Amino acid sequence: MELLPTIWFVAIAVLWTGYLFLEGFDLGVGMLMKLFARNNTDRRVLLNTIGPVWDGNEVWLLTAAGATFAAFPLWYASLFSALYLPLLCVLAALIFRAVAFEYRGKVDSARWRNRWDWAIAVGSFVAAFGIGAALALTTTGLPLNDNGDRVGGPMSWFSGYALLGGFGVVAFALVHALAFLALKTDGDVRHRARRWFVRLVPVAVLPMFGWMLAVQFLSGKPWTWALVAAAVVAVVLAWQLARAGSEGRAFGALGAFIVCATASIFGAAFPVVIPSTIDPAFNLTISNASSSDYTLGLMSIVAAVGLPLVIAYQSWTYWVFRRRVSAAHIPEAHGFLPAIAAKVLVSKEPGPAGTQSGKPTHPGA
Amino acid sequence: MDALEIARWQFGITTVYHFMMVPLTIGLGLVVAIIQTFWYRTGKAEYLRMTKFWGKLFLINFIMGVATGIVQEFQFGMAWSEYSRFVGDVFGAPLALEALLAFFVESTFLGLWIFGWKQLKRGVHLACLWIAVIGSVFSAYFIIVANSWMQHPVGVEMVDGRPVMTDAWAVFTNNTALVAVPHTLFGALAVAGAFLLGIAWYHLWRRRHDGIDVVGADGKLIPGEAAIPGRDEADYTVWMRSLRIGAVVAMISFAGTAITGDLQGKLMFEQQPMKMAAAEAACHDGTGFSVLSVGNLGASNCDDIVAVIEVPGILSFLAKGDFTTEVKGVNSLLGEYKEKYGTHLPDNPLYGERAGQEIQYVPVMEVTYWGFRMMIGFGGIAALAALLALWVTRKGVVPQSRWLMRLAVFGILAPFGANAAGWIFTEMGRQPFVVAPNPDMNGIDQVFMFTAAAVSPGVSAGELMTSLVVLTAIYAVLLVVEVKLLVKYIRGGVASAMPELAHAKDSDQHDKSDDGPDKSGDDVLAFAY
Repeated sequence: MELLPTIWFVAIAVLWTGYLFLEGFDLGVGMLMKLFARNNTDRRVLLNTIGPVWDGNEVWLLTAAGATFAAFPLWYASLFSALYLPLLCVLAALIFRAVAFEYRGKVDSARWRNRWDWAIAVGSFVAAFGIGAALALTTTGLPLNDNGDRVGGPMSWFSGYALLGGFGVVAFALVHALAFLALKTDGDVRHRARRWFVRLVPVAVLPMFGWMLAVQFLSGKPWTWALVAAAVVAVVLAWQLARAGSEGRAFGALGAFIVCATASIFGAAFPVVIPSTIDPAFNLTISNASSSDYTLGLMSIVAAVGLPLVIAYQSWTYWVFRRRVSAAHIPEAHGFLPAIAAKVLVSKEPGPAGTQSGKPTHPGA
Repeated sequence: MDALEIARWQFGITTVYHFMMVPLTIGLGLVVAIIQTFWYRTGKAEYLRMTKFWGKLFLINFIMGVATGIVQEFQFGMAWSEYSRFVGDVFGAPLALEALLAFFVESTFLGLWIFGWKQLKRGVHLACLWIAVIGSVFSAYFIIVANSWMQHPVGVEMVDGRPVMTDAWAVFTNNTALVAVPHTLFGALAVAGAFLLGIAWYHLWRRRHDGIDVVGADGKLIPGEAAIPGRDEADYTVWMRSLRIGAVVAMISFAGTAITGDLQGKLMFEQQPMKMAAAEAACHDGTGFSVLSVGNLGASNCDDIVAVIEVPGILSFLAKGDFTTEVKGVNSLLGEYKEKYGTHLPDNPLYGERAGQEIQYVPVMEVTYWGFRMMIGFGGIAALAALLALWVTRKGVVPQSRWLMRLAVFGILAPFGANAAGWIFTEMGRQPFVVAPNPDMNGIDQVFMFTAAAVSPGVSAGELMTSLVVLTAIYAVLLVVEVKLLVKYIRGGVASAMPELAHAKDSDQHDKSDDGPDKSGDDVLAFAY
């Protein structure tokens, strides 16, 4: 077994776990903009729980993709080109969603806000589904030839696993977001989120378990089966804690679930990074898809310093914005632009400063 | 169009578009950080207003850079999988490091800056902006290291037909990158300079137009005050100071781009002589710089191009620093390239229909020749305009001419044009290679890749066309939205970025409310989506 490719396989699994854990709840909050929030104030409460952090969370995706490119170029090249159209959908979704966060409040009109709310909700759904599907396919198989290229046309990647992974991440993101909202908001939103969480969690984790079990049956190992069991325990715990009103711990327990889930999935898939459904001889593995030891060594040193630093300052961000958000904290809409009307006002009445704001033909002083 | 051409159009469109947002993000970020530092040190109200106003425009633009940046990272794998396989060992590392060391910093600390006006101490809050801005500078460095390796491959050895990194130091201190990074950063500052200048000019003009400011008998301006939030005397200071900062930044950055561009040119004459010969549309060896060349620039044979106006010696100066050394033209380089890299593409299935075709070593000269001149021309116009603006407004007065105002506003586009032209020139000038071979390199001359072999073999032209259409449509819609929002907030002036001005009659009040962490705990957020 090669040490450095193994380390990088683990590192990429960690990056995906970090991504699903962190962006998991902001994707979920995005979907809840249309499913859960009842009015504009609710929506603004929801948005402001993730406002300062969603962009930082999304960088976990960029880093996971970039690290795959650097550490396993052949994995990156085959996966991204094989899933061309689904990833195009993910890109479109991420673009609209990002812009929507920033632009939604920039014009004070209900129609404007409603459009961007849909962009956030649909964008979050499509991104979560697409990334879930892509991860499910890289762990269960794609029709790749000996060069690592997809055969069989633009849709030949499709399988039931894609649906399992897609719905798995979408449903997880929804309940993860509910747990997050129960922890991060106050008032009505907080209590409704907790109620919804308790009701939905037992169902919402099922597709994710489906994906986990599928990978276990394909290539499971005893210790990855143990992680599936641990994931069950974590979900039950999250459910119990939420029922008992312990919101922080419930969120933590659901976080433990996603960690166990991704660990069991990537652990079972190891050392294959994409199984070929055409011929196992064409499988991409950590050995035949990786970069040189020199590159991996360099990256290891940088990541060993960089990643803990990222975790440290991102944790600090969550600490700075630890306060619960409630309707009372939301300022009035800020699409307010007084100076537009200035021209009319000024030309009708002279300003209060007397001489100075008179006509240009009467210079003051 | 075949798959290769569609993939190239897509990369070109998405990259040029992304690079509309990026220079404004980097340049304006630096300027806002400097202005907020002034506020931190002096506590003057106008600096707070400038920070808020320019910061608001910065954020409207920043998000578009973020959103379109993800496409860039994904499309190497999606559309250019053979390229990714070939270069991954060396090219992937700067991309991964960009995400790990720059994007995380940029996004996390910008989030702290946007939402942290009350939660953080003033000094910490300012530091967050600086850290975010430095993050964006680092991201420019990493991506240019990656791009420079395509222009000038270093630090690798060929193993089993692929370049493998053997010397990271050489890759990360590639001389091509070391001059391209400052060139790009000055280019970004040029954008920010023109942006401040144009918008400040508009507001100063509007204040006079609306009768708020008047000109005294001595020709100096007497700022006035209107009974509208934000349109007081301090407002005049905001715009005049912005105008001057913008003009100075624009001139400094033009000098910076000229100096670094000269270094870059000299390097490029060594590393990619064909690109520079094509930039000149110089068919034959010579010393003269063409001011105007006519003829069929698109033709693959170079013979019917005539330099109508030519300044002798200048080309030699650009290339070598003297006025007499002959610089090789396209025709003599063509022979060398054919000898070194072959006359026909290999008969390899990776080249698809193009396998075995004759190689066109001369880039599209209409693009390289005019791209090179547009880059310099637009940059020069912007700098000249800044100099004139400083002179015209030396007494604090902006002329009442509506046309001058429009010129100042549309002048914002000039450095954008220069940036785009520069990138189009350098990328199109590298063709037919995606990784360009360097004649001067020691021993690893054979590290190169033809663009024709780089595209994803498994992806159909239909898929590529779908994404080209979808992305172009989305980008077009979002460009309209972004520009409309920018215009709305620009017209709204400072009050649009500081709603608190409407509530606080006394302009000093808001200063105190932003003075540091709020301990009371149950007030509204300083910033909220």
